[in-house]
Amino acid sequence: MIVEIEALTKVYEGKQRVVAVDGIDLEVKEGEIFGLLGPNGAGKTTTIGVATTRTLPTSGKVRINGIDVVDQPARARRSIGVVPQFNTLDRSLTIFENLYYHCRYFGFSHAQARDRSDQLLAQFLLTERRKAFPAQLSGGLAQRVQIARAIAHRPTVLFLDEPSAGLDPQSRLAMWTAVQSLRKDGITVLLTTHYMEEADALSDRVAIVDHGRLLALGSPQKLKDTFGAQTIIQLTLRQTDQLAALAAELATRSGVQNIETLDDGLRLFTTGAEGLLPDLIQSAARLGLRDIAINEPSLETVFIHLTGRDLRE
Amino acid sequence: MNNPISDRSLFVKAFYGLLLRDLRVISRELAPFLLRVGMQPLLFLFVFTYIMPRMAGGSPMASTAGPGFGTVLLPGLMAVAIMFCGIAAVALPLSTEFGSTREIDDRVMCPVPVAAVALEKVVFSALQSIVAAGLVIPMAIWIPASPVYPDLHRWPLMAIVLVLSSLLAGALGLAIGSSVSPRHIGLVFSILVVPITFLGCVYYPWAYLDKIRWLQIAVLLNPIVYICEGLRSAVTPQVHSMPVWIVLPALVVFLAILGRLGLRAFLRRVIS
Ligand SMILES: Nc1ncnc2c1ncn2[C@@H]1O[C@H](COP(=O)(O)OP(=O)(O)O)[C@@H](O)[C@H]1O
Ligand SMILES: [Mg+2]
Repeated sequence: MIVEIEALTKVYEGKQRVVAVDGIDLEVKEGEIFGLLGPNGAGKTTTIGVATTRTLPTSGKVRINGIDVVDQPARARRSIGVVPQFNTLDRSLTIFENLYYHCRYFGFSHAQARDRSDQLLAQFLLTERRKAFPAQLSGGLAQRVQIARAIAHRPTVLFLDEPSAGLDPQSRLAMWTAVQSLRKDGITVLLTTHYMEEADALSDRVAIVDHGRLLALGSPQKLKDTFGAQTIIQLTLRQTDQLAALAAELATRSGVQNIETLDDGLRLFTTGAEGLLPDLIQSAARLGLRDIAINEPSLETVFIHLTGRDLRE
Repeated sequence: MNNPISDRSLFVKAFYGLLLRDLRVISRELAPFLLRVGMQPLLFLFVFTYIMPRMAGGSPMASTAGPGFGTVLLPGLMAVAIMFCGIAAVALPLSTEFGSTREIDDRVMCPVPVAAVALEKVVFSALQSIVAAGLVIPMAIWIPASPVYPDLHRWPLMAIVLVLSSLLAGALGLAIGSSVSPRHIGLVFSILVVPITFLGCVYYPWAYLDKIRWLQIAVLLNPIVYICEGLRSAVTPQVHSMPVWIVLPALVVFLAILGRLGLRAFLRRVIS
């Protein structure tokens, strides 16, 4: 196992006591891309912070390549590459120098550092910008430089915290390609995200976290099969006094497997929207149908199934 | 482990890499660096040891200004240059690197104990301080109406005092840079750095304060006093100064205290 997280908890003591991580167990295997999916505040960054030696756990253990991150942080960092949530490129250095000095920090000689930096610039299509300063780069390019820098010392595991936050769709795709190409180099990746498409597209396995707890774990397909092979149809209604009656009525329709009553409407777990929709709209019209939202089976529906909430809420 | 490099050799290489990075950054702004450290001693020497002595008796400073004052001033200006570097080389950059950009992150993630990153900052600042202090000496020889020649016979003492003082200034810079936000750093400069410099026996030897006994005792809490007095006994032994056996231990104690405070503040910012 490359990353082993055992019964990890982190409590921030302060004016307000926050339990950021509440007993997480995880193992990341060699060579896999592992996604930590959860809404904002779920504890993803804190979990990565502990694993990358930047946050001290309240209890529990994390080992990287068998090395305990609390007992031997300096040694663990040899195996770790990190792309933090924000752009932390060294503003006083050029793109080339960002890579070059990073290599020097990891003990590379001048020639080794120079060659490795040149090679990374080529690999990440950055050669033209080698003399640019970080302030002159777009968000997408800066993110690519950060990934190149993070793997420059050939770590065994790369941590990516919200790698596509703030990127435009095109840069996001480029970033996905870059991450997938790391597989060739045998680098294990642990990424966090609150975009379910991203977790779905990139990860071999996904862990869904919420409120510092792990709710489900498995390949995207397995999660969908186990928890969310349903299309979720959410009806928002103007009148809410007869919700129960409507729910009872709709429950008899074929294809409707389960119904949850919300404050302002109903949430239907169905085998598919097709064929069901006209009927639903007609029945719901009586109570003033304001909005209808359809979620095809996805990690989104898995999350709704597990928490009763939307990832975006 | 799977990495053949030993811990110690990696430590040395990483530390060297951090120094190289800082050298690269400062090499881009050599002129501003020289102006920053040179301007104040230049103006001071010019006004008080070149202009003033040429003004006939009308100047209130005339009794103290002159060759004697130049000699008193030389170690003081070296001390100011040392302090100033500690602030400019550590506190200011550290404060921004800890600020919104968090640029320090990549260096903190290098495979050595986090304290080594702080230590490197202090060492690099100390190197700058030593260069800055050295720059003051030729100025003191060339600018004043009657040149001030430092007495370099006691160079081992001078080396020890210079190194301790420069590390001390770096440690102060580390403490300030790690605990003060970029927005407030100017304020700290005016309410902390300027006063301790002015009351640090820079422009007069500590012994002359005996007329104002309470102040003479109060300033003993000011580390700059020991930097000035130490340099005085090393560079201008003709001026009365505090005994070395007080100055050196005091420098060591202040270095230990400020180093600890600085390191604590640094670690707090880096590890949550
Ligand atoms: N340094 C900190 N001090 C206090 N609370 C924190 C700190 N860092 C994070 N938190 C809190 O811990 C919880 C989890 O945060 P985080 O790990 O950043 O979540 P995520 O990355 O999934 O959005 C949040 O409620 C957040 O406010
Ligand atoms: Mg986060």
